[in-house]
Amino acid sequence: MLELLQLFWLFFKIGLFTFGGGYAMIPLMQSEIVGGGMIDAELFVDFIAISESTPGPFAVNMATFIGMNQAGFIGAMFTTLGVILPSFLIILLIASLGSRFLDSKYVKHAFRGLKPAVIGLVLSVALMLAIRKVLPMVDLKTFHFNLTEFDYKGLIIMAVILGLTKLSKKMTPIGMIVLSAILGLILYGII
Amino acid sequence: MHKTTLLELFLSFFKIGAFTFGGGYAMMPVMHKEVVEKKNWASDEDILKILVISESTPGVLAVNSATFIGYKIRGFWGSLIATLGVVLPSFIIISLLSFFIIEFKDNEYVAYAFSGIRAGVAVLIFNAVFKLSKKIKKNWFTYLTIALVTLVALLTSISAIYILLAGAVIGIIYGLLLVKNGGEAHA
Repeated sequence: MLELLQLFWLFFKIGLFTFGGGYAMIPLMQSEIVGGGMIDAELFVDFIAISESTPGPFAVNMATFIGMNQAGFIGAMFTTLGVILPSFLIILLIASLGSRFLDSKYVKHAFRGLKPAVIGLVLSVALMLAIRKVLPMVDLKTFHFNLTEFDYKGLIIMAVILGLTKLSKKMTPIGMIVLSAILGLILYGII
Repeated sequence: MHKTTLLELFLSFFKIGAFTFGGGYAMMPVMHKEVVEKKNWASDEDILKILVISESTPGVLAVNSATFIGYKIRGFWGSLIATLGVVLPSFIIISLLSFFIIEFKDNEYVAYAFSGIRAGVAVLIFNAVFKLSKKIKKNWFTYLTIALVTLVALLTSISAIYILLAGAVIGIIYGLLLVKNGGEAHA
């Protein structure tokens, strides 16, 4: 039971500190769940890819996945409940009492700092994933720069996907994931 | 005029949850079609209000919308049922998928595909940064904050929660200084 309550509280915190939707949640999950040693970094990225390619809100997909992984079906119920409860309670409060407190100058000023902070956090995750993919032995947090393993195939895939998203505005996240899976099969499996 | 039943509310939001990928803003066109055009439960103004409120509160946009519209139609129970509806498809699909993933994880070809996908996801998140950047003011304060936060998050193990709290605090300090110096127009 204690484990379930801890899972609930962890996802409640994540829901409460997510400003700016789906992707803004990734750095929080990264620091609380991967940083806390609950799941390994590779599985976490796999979960992101699957959550992007299945219907429904990204936050709920991720919470359900990690809950299932940690404590099965009951775990998934606690994590999902945790991640949606802050939204639910805050909007219920606003719908019944009005949104006047959002007009407070302190709330407005706080968002001047929160918005760029969210962008910085998401950027750090993108950089971390890119570095971990191409140079898996490098660990920035412990200043461990071992360059012996260099995954040039990963670099090729990133360049191709990035190039295509710049060329075509119609490229969807699912399209990107399917294409990188195909490239992965070809580059790692066949060549 | 007939009174909307809770079942009707549940089914509509279940549909919205089941047919949108990625959630968030990707969900808004489907939501608009179902809730504004088809059911007449909310106006364009309501949708705009939800977006504005969501910009200045934490949380999940899909849940915000479901709670807000559910409450408007049928009060507390409406908000509960609508939220349940929008969440349930994800919950069911991912619960089922979890079993398959454990099953297929050791397959050689699945491993190759996911090795490629991990590179693709990095690009996906870079693109999210570009999209988010379009929504903020560009000045020395935002650039400096982005750079500092990126470095701290990359090089230290400080929790993202503390980094966000620090962001809110410096935002308030910066905002108050701006107002004091009458520099709002340049912000």
